[in-house]
Amino acid sequence: MSIGSTPLKFKVSIDPDRCMSCGRCIENCSYGVYRKEGDDIRINSRNCVACHRCLAFCPRDAIDIEEKPNDYRSHPLWTREVREAIFNQAKTGKIILAGMGNAQPYPVIFDRLVLDACQVTNPSIDPLREPMELRTYIGKKPSSLTLKQLPDGEVELITKLTPNLQIETPIMIGHMSYGAISLNAQTALAKAVSRIGTFMGTGEGGLHESLYPYQKNMIVQVASGRFGVDINYLERGAAIEIKIGQGAKPGIGGHLPGEKVCADVSCTRMIPEGSDAISPAPHHDIYSIEDLKQLVRGLKEATEWKKPVFVKIAAVHNSAAIAAGIARSSADAVVIDGFRGGTGAAPRVFRDHVGIPVEAAVASVDAKLRQQGIRHKVSIIASGGIRESADVAKIICLGADAVYIGTSALVAMGCRVCGTCYQGNCAWGIATQKPELVKRLDPETNSVQVENLIHGWTLELAELMGAAGINSIESLRGNRDRLRGYMLDEGLMEVLDVKTVGA
Amino acid sequence: MTTVHIDAHRLHYTPLNQKIRAAIVNGATEIIIDNVLGQRFIGDGVRGDGVTITVNGVPGGDLGMFMSGPTIIVNGNADHAPGNTMDKGKVIIYGSAGDAVAHSMRGGRVYVRDNIGYRGGIHMKQYMEKRPILVVGGAARAFLGEYMAGGLLIVLGLTGITPISERGVGSGIHGGEILVRGPVDELHLGVGAKQTLATEEQKAMIKPIIEDFAKQFGIDPVPLLASDYTRISPASARPFANKYTWE
Repeated sequence: MSIGSTPLKFKVSIDPDRCMSCGRCIENCSYGVYRKEGDDIRINSRNCVACHRCLAFCPRDAIDIEEKPNDYRSHPLWTREVREAIFNQAKTGKIILAGMGNAQPYPVIFDRLVLDACQVTNPSIDPLREPMELRTYIGKKPSSLTLKQLPDGEVELITKLTPNLQIETPIMIGHMSYGAISLNAQTALAKAVSRIGTFMGTGEGGLHESLYPYQKNMIVQVASGRFGVDINYLERGAAIEIKIGQGAKPGIGGHLPGEKVCADVSCTRMIPEGSDAISPAPHHDIYSIEDLKQLVRGLKEATEWKKPVFVKIAAVHNSAAIAAGIARSSADAVVIDGFRGGTGAAPRVFRDHVGIPVEAAVASVDAKLRQQGIRHKVSIIASGGIRESADVAKIICLGADAVYIGTSALVAMGCRVCGTCYQGNCAWGIATQKPELVKRLDPETNSVQVENLIHGWTLELAELMGAAGINSIESLRGNRDRLRGYMLDEGLMEVLDVKTVGA
Repeated sequence: MTTVHIDAHRLHYTPLNQKIRAAIVNGATEIIIDNVLGQRFIGDGVRGDGVTITVNGVPGGDLGMFMSGPTIIVNGNADHAPGNTMDKGKVIIYGSAGDAVAHSMRGGRVYVRDNIGYRGGIHMKQYMEKRPILVVGGAARAFLGEYMAGGLLIVLGLTGITPISERGVGSGIHGGEILVRGPVDELHLGVGAKQTLATEEQKAMIKPIIEDFAKQFGIDPVPLLASDYTRISPASARPFANKYTWE
């Protein structure tokens, strides 16, 4: 090989003064970095992905992991990543497969938006003392209500309401399929959402039997592969989500490699063991917005109009016009998945270069739906790169009703965002189907961690609202007056419909 | 046998399906729907083993979608995607059908007496005892059996049109098989599909299905069984296995 080996991504070292040769690093590393030779622990740094499993379980803090130990000649255009991608493709001639969200250093719009707080004229509210209303209803709202006064003075509602999902906090967990993540990971998430009173998505992997006890907190997904979809599955979910696209890889389908289709994944997806699970790029019964309406109604008809139906699209240039079509399709919510959304596996070129930020997409979708007088017909769920409660508050100000989190929930279970989910070797038992790794993830303790995270964010959200003098999430929604852009350009501020700081 | 008649004249699909569901709950085993004119979703998500639903007229799209159990007989043509993601049961069409017939079908059978549109049997899949079967009496348009992951698709060419005369047959096929009566031009095969002449053994496997199809539509099965068949199957169960390299 004339290119030779490329520089190490990470260099692992063990401090001999601190190491007591307990071997926990060897046991914990699923990537084959450590091995025992005689009394010594030997290191192969080339295998390291920086998942930090060894570091987290070393009782003596003896391990150090250094990123990029060797420098290239620095160059602003020919970055290390670009050069290494060329080496890789020169050797293989293939599409580069990558994991997690967009790895390009694009500016983060969230970090250039600041929230407002009350001073003097409009007193802030103390959430400890005053009730803060965070409960959110996801689904269609009527444009008007017809009421009838009864002889006894009571009032009867004549308008027929469509089913909504009631969530106790505007934070749900997005769709990560069984196959992409382990059953223990899904179980932990399911336990957490059912205790909190929120929802999670199944992803396109069917619903495993052991999750049936949590089905009233599950949103079942119907994607282009239709894996695991039958009438029982549709009826089990609290809502149904049609996945058109994903922020991490807009416009393309997905392939779950055969080696991840173990016996249990196979029966949940309803495909033979070891076969590739291929989700085509489009749904082959949806080639137009009219066809989408057909599937939305097909799902509603199958479940006798008892379930809300969501449509998830990747945030792309025309999201607003597409969402306007979705709002007219009988769908109850539109999920906008931004280009920072995570994934188990996506072509690097898509992950890093296709799609737009969720902040801009949500703001333009919300504006378009309001302009057309159809904002009440759908809820807006924002996903893709929601990292903290401030992001939740900001995206709600930009027009979202609620958010889906994905990566954040995985980080709450130990994920270090190493981005090698596609290898199926996750040392944390999250993105793997290997039984010896999956069993490392205890569903009970991890569910508590996920619950803690959402609880913490919910408390912070209440504090942020209180500080802004707002006691109901409804008053925060679309409330761009409580946002200011800090060093955002004029064009973007126009899209977001926010003023600059100081204005 | 309890028979229920439903008049679909000027009836929207939701109340029509409600009547079908109610009839099944009340023990009907035969439901006859007259004056069907484009109502979509007939039998959508409906369960009911041993129930026969006769559709007199032309149903709209997604007939028998997500259906699990009943048999639907259509005396007329059908629109797009009859048998879409169907789980169990039968859809028998005395006529032709539109695009995406048996899309993602998981189990049961769809018989179309005449011709079908584009993308017939697309992404059909099988699991354990569930093996969907689509039999087309006439011809199929392009992209037949695309992304097919399992099941069986048979095209008989009985309507005087060449059964396969367009491209993309079995593109991305990674499971299941397509049997076409007579030869198929290699040019019409999609990426990932290969063709062979069906062996006597393979023909013996489809014999009971062809006999059942012929009986259903009153066709003489003898010449059908005597013909040669082209068998189109996956060149690999992992068509995308060599497309990627890790970052």
